[in-house]
Amino acid sequence: MQKAIISGIAIALLCSVVGLFLVLRRYSLFGDAVAHSSFGGIAAGLLVGVYPLWTAYLVSLASALIITKIRQKFDISGEAAVAVLLSSGIAVGLILISLSGGFTTDIFSFLFGSILLVSTENTILILSLTGSILIVILLLYRNLIYSTFNEEQAKVSGIPVEKINYLIVFIAGITVVTSIQLVGILLISALFVIPNVTAIMYRRGFKQTILISISFAVFSVVTGIILSYVFDITPSGAIVLLLITIFAATLGIKSTGLIAKLTA
Amino acid sequence: MNAIEIKNLTVDYDRVKVIDDVSFSVEQNDFLGIIGPNGAGKTTLFACMLGMLRNYRGQISFFGNDIRKSRKYLNEIGYVPQKPVFEKNFPVTVREVVRMGMKKPNEKRIDDVLKQVWIHELDHRIIGELSGGQQQRVFIAKALADNPKILILDEPVTGIDLQSTEIFYSILTELNKNQNITVILSSHDLDAVNRLANKVACLNKTLFFHGVSDEFFKNDQLLKQYSEASMQQHMHHRDEH
Repeated sequence: MQKAIISGIAIALLCSVVGLFLVLRRYSLFGDAVAHSSFGGIAAGLLVGVYPLWTAYLVSLASALIITKIRQKFDISGEAAVAVLLSSGIAVGLILISLSGGFTTDIFSFLFGSILLVSTENTILILSLTGSILIVILLLYRNLIYSTFNEEQAKVSGIPVEKINYLIVFIAGITVVTSIQLVGILLISALFVIPNVTAIMYRRGFKQTILISISFAVFSVVTGIILSYVFDITPSGAIVLLLITIFAATLGIKSTGLIAKLTA
Repeated sequence: MNAIEIKNLTVDYDRVKVIDDVSFSVEQNDFLGIIGPNGAGKTTLFACMLGMLRNYRGQISFFGNDIRKSRKYLNEIGYVPQKPVFEKNFPVTVREVVRMGMKKPNEKRIDDVLKQVWIHELDHRIIGELSGGQQQRVFIAKALADNPKILILDEPVTGIDLQSTEIFYSILTELNKNQNITVILSSHDLDAVNRLANKVACLNKTLFFHGVSDEFFKNDQLLKQYSEASMQQHMHHRDEH
């Protein structure tokens, strides 16, 4: 339980911060696409007897770079590239799974998450990756926010926008696979998108929006893990439903005009 | 030394000349108005000057340094685009936008530039909530944040109401006259260029005129040629669509 909460907080933090850049770049489904393609990697790992998360990291990073390259080289929208990759990952995964003898409990834990079973090694891995990625984001904060806000102006200011774009998808690829253990492949984009879309509705500056998003994500993850432990339900479902409840409550507050009054 | 020196600049797109052998210079503290019909090459000229388009022939120098050899000159330039494209709900305050323009953030400097463009009281508002005129003033503040010597503005008042446009022009005049910033403004508004600029460059793929504003605006023959060229371009664009 303790390891689950520590890992969950780290993943919530990471997904909120990385997810805000993805949402603002209209890359909301990117997490989904990379997670689904990592399904192929997980299946490959299980088939050849390698720890599935390592193959998932490899495949998801390759997929993230492919999406970016396709968007840059060909006249295909980001949405379409994401859809192609999403289906390819699942298709490859399904074939590999059927070759390896069908669905096992291992596969289900990757599909739906298994944070309550997280090992000490994995907790250390999650904490180190979270720390490293957040340091990179802090160091390159201006470049990241500027190129997300307006690519053209960022280029004029001498920011290496293309390199930054690759860095963001690289970071997002690692974040996705790291987070699979918490909510699973099927619900991963909820962690990237819902806290950020909710936080943006409060119409605050960038840093405050990140803090609001982190608060919602951490609250949902910790409460979701505790609820799942107490009521013996799946943590991923509880976490995502809590996020959706906060989102719906924010929509309600927004419709009363309270947020606009507070920010005026 | 000239602030900017452009020699024999030629740009082709798909073998069609967009800019053809253009040469002119800009002295320090000049207020240069660049006028020309749609498709005259004004935005392409700026893209070359800002290092965004490198596939050109000829030479562009800032303070005597060829821009192909070093990008350091970009530190001396503030750029305000036509209408910056950004997500309307982007959660970023006016202060954060100005901070983006600074290599080393300095809150006192942010206060100063926001005061210079008369928008200091809006510093904590989200940029997407401001009017078009206010947003453009924020982008001037951002462009000024790192103390540039040259300010380049590409049709900055397009789609902005008359009152905001006049405020915008007053700010440019103040920056040029009292802060000694060299201003390069591309515009379709001949009246504004006549009032504000001491020099004019009239571009229509080739350089049609370059010199003191009065020489252009008091020469009926040149004005007639300019309006004929504009009309031709307008008809050409209309036929294309």
